Amino acid sequence: MLAKRIIPCLDIKNGRTVKGLNFNNLTDAGDPVKLAAKYYADGADELVLLDISATLEDRETFIDVVRNVAKTIFIPFTVGGGVKSVEQAEKLLKTGADKISINTAAIQNPQLIRQLSEKFGSQCVVVAIDAKATQDGWEVLSHAGTMTTGISVITWAKKCELLGAGEILLTSYTSDGTKSGFATDLTLRVSQTLNIPVIASGGAGIPQHFADIFTKGNADAALAAGIFHFENYTITAVKNFLLEQGINVRN
Amino acid sequence: MTKNVTIGVVQYGAGNQASVINAMESIGMKCVSVNIPSDLALVDKLIIPGVGHAGDAMIRLQSTGLDEAIKQTKLPLLGICLGMQLLGVRSDEGNTNCLSICNFETVRFNILLKVPQMGWNKVKMNNNPLFSGLNKDDWFYFVHSYYVPHVKYSIAQCNYGVEFAAAIQYQNFWGVQFHPEKSGVNGLKLLKNFVELCY
Repeated sequence: MLAKRIIPCLDIKNGRTVKGLNFNNLTDAGDPVKLAAKYYADGADELVLLDISATLEDRETFIDVVRNVAKTIFIPFTVGGGVKSVEQAEKLLKTGADKISINTAAIQNPQLIRQLSEKFGSQCVVVAIDAKATQDGWEVLSHAGTMTTGISVITWAKKCELLGAGEILLTSYTSDGTKSGFATDLTLRVSQTLNIPVIASGGAGIPQHFADIFTKGNADAALAAGIFHFENYTITAVKNFLLEQGINVRN
Repeated sequence: MTKNVTIGVVQYGAGNQASVINAMESIGMKCVSVNIPSDLALVDKLIIPGVGHAGDAMIRLQSTGLDEAIKQTKLPLLGICLGMQLLGVRSDEGNTNCLSICNFETVRFNILLKVPQMGWNKVKMNNNPLFSGLNKDDWFYFVHSYYVPHVKYSIAQCNYGVEFAAAIQYQNFWGVQFHPEKSGVNGLKLLKNFVELCY
C-alpha cells in the first residue's frame, strides 16, 4: 500500500533556511544543505525547497543550493519560488530538482501548467495553491499570500488538474505558522474533487495534526517546516506516532 | 574490481540523468553518457534512466541507432521506470512499439486509486543478486501511470490497486519500475548491487 508522505519544507533566502509566521517575521533556521541531509537521515519522504529571494543574485545562490542538495540526498525534491517560465523550470530540473512548484505564475498564465507538463511530464509539475478562508469559502491568494484573486480554491484546483498538474500543494494561509493544525475540511474537499495527489500544508504543530490531515483530510502527503526546523519533533517521532495510529508511513 | 567499472547512462532526452549520475557517484561509481552506439565500447554496464514519454524515447533511440545497439548488447543493463518499460514489446503510452527484448506489454493503470502512483510503496523481492542485502519486503519510491503486469520475468512485485512487476530480469537485462536513485539507502544499495553483482 502506498505510504502517506511527510515532507519538510525549506524556505530559502540568501542561501539560508528561514522560517516565518503567516509568511512574515523571518527567523534563521540554518544551512539548507545540512538541514536537507538531516531530514534525509531522519526519514523525510521528500523535500521541498522554496526560493523566497528577492534579487537575481540570490537566485544564483539558490541554484547552488539545489545543486548541492541533489548531491546530498537521494529522495525526490521539489523546488519552487518565482518560477515563471519553461526555461527556468528546465534549469532547475537539470540542476537536479525532481519536480517544479509554481504558484503566482500559474494564476497569471495557466497555460504554463500545460507547457511544463507537456515538456517534462505531469509528475514534474506541482501547482502550489495558497488558500485563505473567507465568508464565501476558500479563496486563492497570489504573490506569496499578499494578494487576493477572487478565485475559488476548488475551481482553481480542478483547472490545474485539467491543465496537467501532477500534484497540488495546498497551503492554508489561514493556519500557516499557527501550529494549530492543518485545514482538514479544505484538504478533504480538494482531495475528493481531484484524481491527483494533494499535499496539505500550513499549521502542523503536533503529531496528532498529521494523523488528522491523513485520516480526516484524506491528504496524500503533509508538508511542514517549523515543527521540524526548531526540533519540536523529529520526523521519526511523527512517523512513529502515525504508525501507532495505524497510518501507513514509510519506516 | 568495481573500482574500474564504468557505467554508461543512456541519453535519450529524458529529464533525470543527473539524478542517476549523482546517486552513482555517491557510491563511488564513474558514469559516462552513452549517446551513440559506439559509446557502448567504452562502458562496462548500462543504465537506461526513466523519466519521459515512451513514444519520444523510442524516437530518440531509433534516431541514434541506440535501439538496435541496446537490443544486441551483452552488457549488464538496468532500465529504470520508463527504461524498464522500454524493454517490452509495446506500451499503451502513445501506443508505442518498444525494444522487444522481453515479451511483455506496458499498460495504463485502470484503477480507482489516484494516477500516477506517486510515493513510497512496499516491494516484495525474490532472490536475485540485485536485491542482495536488502529486506525481502521494503520501501521504494515510485512515480508512474503505466505498469508492467506480473509477468514471468518478474523478480519483485508491488500492489497499487493491481499486482504489478516492480522489477524484472531476462538474461543480462534488469529493470525496476521504481526509482532507486530516489529511494534513499535501499535504492543506493540496489544500484551498488547492480554494479557489483549483476552479470
